[in-house]
Amino acid sequence: MKASVIVFPGSNCDRDVAVSLEQAMGQKPNMVWHADSELPPSDLIVIPGGFSYGDYLRCGAIAGNAHIIRPVKEAAEKGAMVLGICNGFQVLTETGLLPGALMRNADLKFICKDAPLSVETSDTPFTKGYKQGQTISVPVAHHDGNYRADEDTLDRLEGEGRVAFRYADNPNGSARDIAGILSENKRVLGMMPHPERCADPLLGGTDGKALFTAIVEELS
Amino acid sequence: MKARVTIMLKQGVLDPQGKAIEHALTALDFDGVNEARQGKIIELELTETDQAKATAQVTDMCEKLLANTVIERYDIELMD
Repeated sequence: MKASVIVFPGSNCDRDVAVSLEQAMGQKPNMVWHADSELPPSDLIVIPGGFSYGDYLRCGAIAGNAHIIRPVKEAAEKGAMVLGICNGFQVLTETGLLPGALMRNADLKFICKDAPLSVETSDTPFTKGYKQGQTISVPVAHHDGNYRADEDTLDRLEGEGRVAFRYADNPNGSARDIAGILSENKRVLGMMPHPERCADPLLGGTDGKALFTAIVEELS
Repeated sequence: MKARVTIMLKQGVLDPQGKAIEHALTALDFDGVNEARQGKIIELELTETDQAKATAQVTDMCEKLLANTVIERYDIELMD
């Protein structure tokens, strides 16, 4: 299995997720700079959390048009798995790989805390290590995590089993408590909470670990 | 030619920053503000001199980068 983590100026969870991946896969992922226009062969591409380009214009807007995004989209079209965490989720909506948009939190505050999440489906390559309906605790740390999409899109996401995680106690005003969504083929996942921040006992929690283990099982 | 692009959240999309401004104005005893909405303005200096071509070019910029049309709308104003 080959994994790549895309690094933008302002990414700050790239090394954390690289550690989680290395623990799950037994080898280091490629760290790929945003200005590269070629992506090494990758079964998994991670767009990490952070503040790419200082969140200028809109969160994820500039990163969504970086050189590396074209090969990322091409790889996704060929069936590579893509995981966008926090700012990575914002980038994925800006690229059109996932529908909707992430707006300023409803109470305007930056929220940094552990968030209980409900696993909405275990029938995906990302979430098969969880039980449907299981509650897990995963940290959130964002200012713009308020998920928005039109009603038709929200209905379609729910109808097609593409809501991966919901907040048990909605911290940011997200439509229908959505914390993470999947692409149509369920191989692209965007989520605001940070599974890489709870994938090792040293970090105070391990609820995120099953997500990385599931990806490695799927791709090995 | 100069273009001024105004980007606002679409009507119907809750604008929490606008709401905060509205509440702050009320707290300062400014009566009669039914709603405040916050947006952004981007000014562009263009080499293009043809109005129609400039409009088409800036529209393309808005669609690809400047606005997120899932939640935002944009207006383009051209100035000589």
